[in-house]
Amino acid sequence: MKIWLAQHIRVFRSTLYRLFSTPLATFLNVMVIGIALGLPAGVYVLLQNVQKLVDQVTGSPQISVFINMNVSRDEVAHIGKQLQQHKSIDRIEYVSRDQALEQLKHNTGLTDVIGGLAQNPLPDAYIVYPKKFDAPSLEALRDELQKWPKLEKVQMDSAWVHKLEALLKFGRLAAIILGSLLSFALVAITFNTIRLQILTQRDEIEVSRLIGATHVFIRRPFLYLGLLQGLLGGAMAWLIIAVSVTTLNSSLAELTQLYGSNFILQLPSAMDSCTLLLFSSYLGLLGAWLSVAQHLWQIDPK
Amino acid sequence: MISFNQVHKRFPGGYEALKNVSFDIGEGEMVFVTGHSGAGKSTLLKLVAAIEHPNSGSVIVNGQNISTLKSRALPYLRRNLGLVFQDHKILFDRSVFENVMLPLQICGFDHRESIKRTRAALDKVNLLQREKSHPVALSGGEQQRLCIARAIVNRPSILLADEPTGNLDADYANDIIAILKSFHQVGVTLLIASHDESIPRQFGTRILKLKQGAMQITQSGAGQV
Repeated sequence: MKIWLAQHIRVFRSTLYRLFSTPLATFLNVMVIGIALGLPAGVYVLLQNVQKLVDQVTGSPQISVFINMNVSRDEVAHIGKQLQQHKSIDRIEYVSRDQALEQLKHNTGLTDVIGGLAQNPLPDAYIVYPKKFDAPSLEALRDELQKWPKLEKVQMDSAWVHKLEALLKFGRLAAIILGSLLSFALVAITFNTIRLQILTQRDEIEVSRLIGATHVFIRRPFLYLGLLQGLLGGAMAWLIIAVSVTTLNSSLAELTQLYGSNFILQLPSAMDSCTLLLFSSYLGLLGAWLSVAQHLWQIDPK
Repeated sequence: MISFNQVHKRFPGGYEALKNVSFDIGEGEMVFVTGHSGAGKSTLLKLVAAIEHPNSGSVIVNGQNISTLKSRALPYLRRNLGLVFQDHKILFDRSVFENVMLPLQICGFDHRESIKRTRAALDKVNLLQREKSHPVALSGGEQQRLCIARAIVNRPSILLADEPTGNLDADYANDIIAILKSFHQVGVTLLIASHDESIPRQFGTRILKLKQGAMQITQSGAGQV
């Protein structure tokens, strides 16, 4: 056991040495793997962030109830009372047509245009905060309110969220397809690197086999090489994502300030980062394994 | 220790390297295989090391039949053999010391023990002062000695040497023979291929003489040393 461990440590060290003794070749390989993995992983991180944003926005979905223009103030108040007494409504907020106009003026900067209007085109409205937030009960409430008289329109403010979520689902699927294809590329890259390494060490392999090296012993350094290259490639992918996210955040800050939001892109979580590294190591190992199985036994000592 | 029984070896293309070869080598014996180049000496040694396999007949080394040996067991057979190759097969990307240490690393020896044994092996072939050198800097005779050191560092019970004195002048050749004989004296079984018959005669050991793949004579030496 101690010898076994010592052998592994020795192989690990000599593999590291080998990687760093050809820094340019190693760097290019790691870079290629990093880009191949960084692309789908970056898309994934981006989607993850958008998802978080969507979750924030839909934290408390609302239903806007617009009331007919020709309804009197008393009736509006009456509708408010009815809403307040409804069993599936938590609370309501009244937005009078004057308030709405003020807000519009304030938020859009269209003061001149609005000032030119003969009369206020906006209706009185209630913002309804329901008790339950799941889609079926929201829709049920909306459908019920739509049947009430004197209401112009009942609008669920979260409809667009559903569309966005469908879009996100699509994006995630695209990322998975992209990831699978590029993972294949990663295996191919490792396969070829290991093949070259086996050819380079042809003499050593031949001599080792002649003096009694087992298959496992000969195979080991190449598997380590594939594994380490994959791991470094994964780390490079993470670095690429981290740098991209940081760079994007600095320009995103200006953009989001305009919208009064403080949304920034988050780095991949520790869990996701670990998964990325493990996955890239595994792919490297797989490529090395395939290559060893294919090429090592073509070297037969004579 | 090594026994051939009606061994035939034919290479693809029909060339018959060995025809009906039979002999026995006992434990601790020192035996020379002689014959012209192309007589089948190297093939005979390769059969012993299981680098080649016989087409018919049996090759038994250390009680194991080479033909039926599982590939998984092959490395362990070879660990018991010391091989001195005609073309040396020295690795030029590492020092003399690392070349000799390789078999010990393969067998999984403790690092400290490996260093001790490597030094001892280099000392036996008088290469200890060159341990840090690069193999390229060694003369032909020194490279040959390096190859011997690597073959014996693992303390094998059988040593196979293919033309160990091949391209060396008489002085160097005598050095090599003296080294090989010292292993014979400590009980190692030696099988040495040589085209030069004057060397085995000089030591009076048993000679297996091959001619075009056939065993011609098996002569006993004048007297065991």
